[in-house]
Amino acid sequence: MDLLKISISELATAVQTKKISAVEVTKFFLNRIEKLNPQLNAFVTMNEKALDEARQVDEKVTKGENVGPLAGVPIGVKDLICTKNLKTTAASKILANFVPPYDATLVAKLKSAGAIVVGKLNLDEFAMGSSNENSMFGPCRNPWNPEYVPGGSSGGSAAAQAARLCMATIGTDTGGSIRQPASFCGIVGIKPTYGRVSRYGVVAFASSLDQAGPMASTVADAALVLEVISGHDTKDSTSSLEKVPAFLKSIDQNLKGLKIGILKEYADRAAWSPEVSEQFDEALNLIKKLGGEVVELSVPFTKFSVSMYYLIAASEASSNLSRYDGVKYGHRYNFNDLSSLKLDEFYSKTRGTGFGTEVKRRIMLGTHCLSSGYYDAYYNKACQVRRLLRDQYLEAFKKCDLICSPVTTTPAFKVGERVYDPLKMYLNDIFTTSTNLAGLPGMSVPFGLSKGGLPIGIQINGPHYGEQKMFNLASAIEANRPDLNRGPDVY
Amino acid sequence: MIDLKTINHMAHLAKLELTEEEKSKFLEQLSKVIDHFQEISTIDTKGVEPLVTPTESSYYLRPDIVVKSETTEELLKNAPDRAGQLFKVPPVV
Repeated sequence: MDLLKISISELATAVQTKKISAVEVTKFFLNRIEKLNPQLNAFVTMNEKALDEARQVDEKVTKGENVGPLAGVPIGVKDLICTKNLKTTAASKILANFVPPYDATLVAKLKSAGAIVVGKLNLDEFAMGSSNENSMFGPCRNPWNPEYVPGGSSGGSAAAQAARLCMATIGTDTGGSIRQPASFCGIVGIKPTYGRVSRYGVVAFASSLDQAGPMASTVADAALVLEVISGHDTKDSTSSLEKVPAFLKSIDQNLKGLKIGILKEYADRAAWSPEVSEQFDEALNLIKKLGGEVVELSVPFTKFSVSMYYLIAASEASSNLSRYDGVKYGHRYNFNDLSSLKLDEFYSKTRGTGFGTEVKRRIMLGTHCLSSGYYDAYYNKACQVRRLLRDQYLEAFKKCDLICSPVTTTPAFKVGERVYDPLKMYLNDIFTTSTNLAGLPGMSVPFGLSKGGLPIGIQINGPHYGEQKMFNLASAIEANRPDLNRGPDVY
Repeated sequence: MIDLKTINHMAHLAKLELTEEEKSKFLEQLSKVIDHFQEISTIDTKGVEPLVTPTESSYYLRPDIVVKSETTEELLKNAPDRAGQLFKVPPVV
């Protein structure tokens, strides 16, 4: 049994039918992590009880119990998602020693499906970044070439999966944080429809934009994991009551009659690298060859999406991150004496020393956008434009089934290359932020390699709750690009 | 346009102690960023209801019933400083 090639459903069946034990599987991946993680810095905390949990799965199998669709499947979780009794830091000094007393709903769902959470994965602090360079743990590296970033903010989740350090990983996506690193690392990553996956226990960045989702080596694996973690949760009032389809079983690679929209707003390709442009054209040709129809559409306000996104995301973040006050949990500045201390100084020193630079920058921006005299011009205005953008998408999806675009304008960049220019870094998110603003599902599916050997993905967007059609198209693309499943050579 | 006074005001509202270096860096960077974001001011949004959550249809209120949650001890375990069952903080009055 080749554990680097096997699918998640095959592996779960093998564990359930005793062809292999969950302990053997977990040991295999823990060894791999021990050997390969030092150069990648993808895992930041390991679950010391992983083997015990695997043993419990094996005991259930021995007793004849049906363990679940992820029986004995090792999974890595972004360190922004709460895991009971396992440190969860958001890669921030302000949460450096935080040990959650509960599991995020999605983690509880993974565990009750039989998955083994092997450890926690690197990210940009509080998911703010596109390169995984803003981390208390230091940068994570791209397994295709360690001089390059894995993308962000779910960089650790993407790098670990590309190097096949586990069977699947979980990331979160507020403005592209699953799709962009998935594209940079050549794996499948899906941001579900807003509300599809419960946000309970996911450390909040921007609550109206945040969604967690799977990152996996194949479309089928991503579909299965999404099926497991989706569904309504009474602990998250924004989680959807929509029925969760059997995504994996329903995958249909037949594209006949499927209408794929491309946006006029992306017609000017001046900012695209030639390789991204070539790969995108090739993807459209493949879709047509497979029976899909490509139609040109317009969603005019996508051109304002980065501005809208940063105004709204920073505003929500400044409000969400006000909870880090050094009182209930997390970092507190090392004061000599509390009795004569002013409360303002207590908060300001604690927060000033606990947050990293990018997080402070966004808290400052968000505070400005929400402050008296600016609220209407910035936050409120952005929310109004957001409605217009969403309505334009709803119109567009009356004329097509899915919308395709690149994920980013370039393949992965070098570590240290863009870190000091925030505006340039923000503008790199042009293809991904509108998805979150409109609450749409979006995914990145691997398509090709740059001349330098770095992966380039294609983005697929669907209407609300339209993940199944996205999986169908992604699966058809994947089936016609078999050479991309091999992963980086060194692994 | 923002100036150093705005930066100080924002830092005060956000309860963030910043170094002089951070302040001047943020002033330069946020000025550029906010300048760029002004592009949305040209869009006509008269009478448009702000969209604060993207899928209103999913809005849900849970039944008001008592359920078991974490214990006091579990929740106090992460406290930076405590006195018995209380969080220890500076004088607030």
